[in-house]
Amino acid sequence: MLLLTCPCCGVTAEETEFAPGGEAHLKRFGPGSSDADYESYMFNRKNPRGVHFERWRHAYGCGKWFLAARCTMTLEVFGTYRAQTVEPPAEIVAAIKAKRPDWEGFA
Amino acid sequence: MSELAQSALPGARYEGFVTVTEAGLRGMITLRGDLSAMAGAVKDATGCAVPALRRVEASDGKAVAWMSPDELLILCDYADAPGLAASLARALEGQFATVANVSDARAVFTLTGAQTGDALAKLCPVDFGTLRTGDIRRTRAAQVAAAIWVSGEGEMTLVCFRSVAQYMFDLLSRAAAPGSEPRLYA
Repeated sequence: MLLLTCPCCGVTAEETEFAPGGEAHLKRFGPGSSDADYESYMFNRKNPRGVHFERWRHAYGCGKWFLAARCTMTLEVFGTYRAQTVEPPAEIVAAIKAKRPDWEGFA
Repeated sequence: MSELAQSALPGARYEGFVTVTEAGLRGMITLRGDLSAMAGAVKDATGCAVPALRRVEASDGKAVAWMSPDELLILCDYADAPGLAASLARALEGQFATVANVSDARAVFTLTGAQTGDALAKLCPVDFGTLRTGDIRRTRAAQVAAAIWVSGEGEMTLVCFRSVAQYMFDLLSRAAAPGSEPRLYA
């Protein structure tokens, strides 16, 4: 079971109060981009065994989207942060590095 | 306003180790927008300040509840709601905000007794020991969304969608059945 803290309302709740939204930090390419870019935006997902960044929505609470960093293997949550973030903030990266020193970093 | 207006389950009441009562018609107005920009209009309409995170401000029969970073729920008398919504809409004219009278879209239940937290803990993934008087927590009760407000000592008010009022009443009644107290909090 995941315990997530919603950064919008500060509530820490278990995962049944949230709705998962798939991988975070997907980059959508604009007009003029190649079909390969669109395909990778549409279909290619990292699906790692370990550190993963995800979108979640506090569906039964304040209704807001936010992002979470967690481990897919141990279900450990490293931190949650605002959805209006294009890449993991420094404190989240530091928290992951502290617990997973061999993590290769966000790419 | 129609005199045919009825609450979802008029007079519904269950007495177990917690008493569950359908609270009857309550005026409810949903207000969305930038909370700090709406503070003046909220104060004029209700006499309440904009509540802090997950708090409820009450004064003189009206209450304002924090629902999300851009949403407030105003509770008032049922008959006052259309007028209050209209005056709020006038006060917020030109601002990026919406006002909606949702009185008829919701059902309200009052739970009374020393063990309200115990009854609700069977239904909601919430530690009710952390809630103080005046706190509001939006969560789920079994399969439906609910907002639970600690409205006084030994009293909780639960707001849910009207369409699930019967379901909610059955849930609460079953959870409050005598002899089934989990004794988590009291």
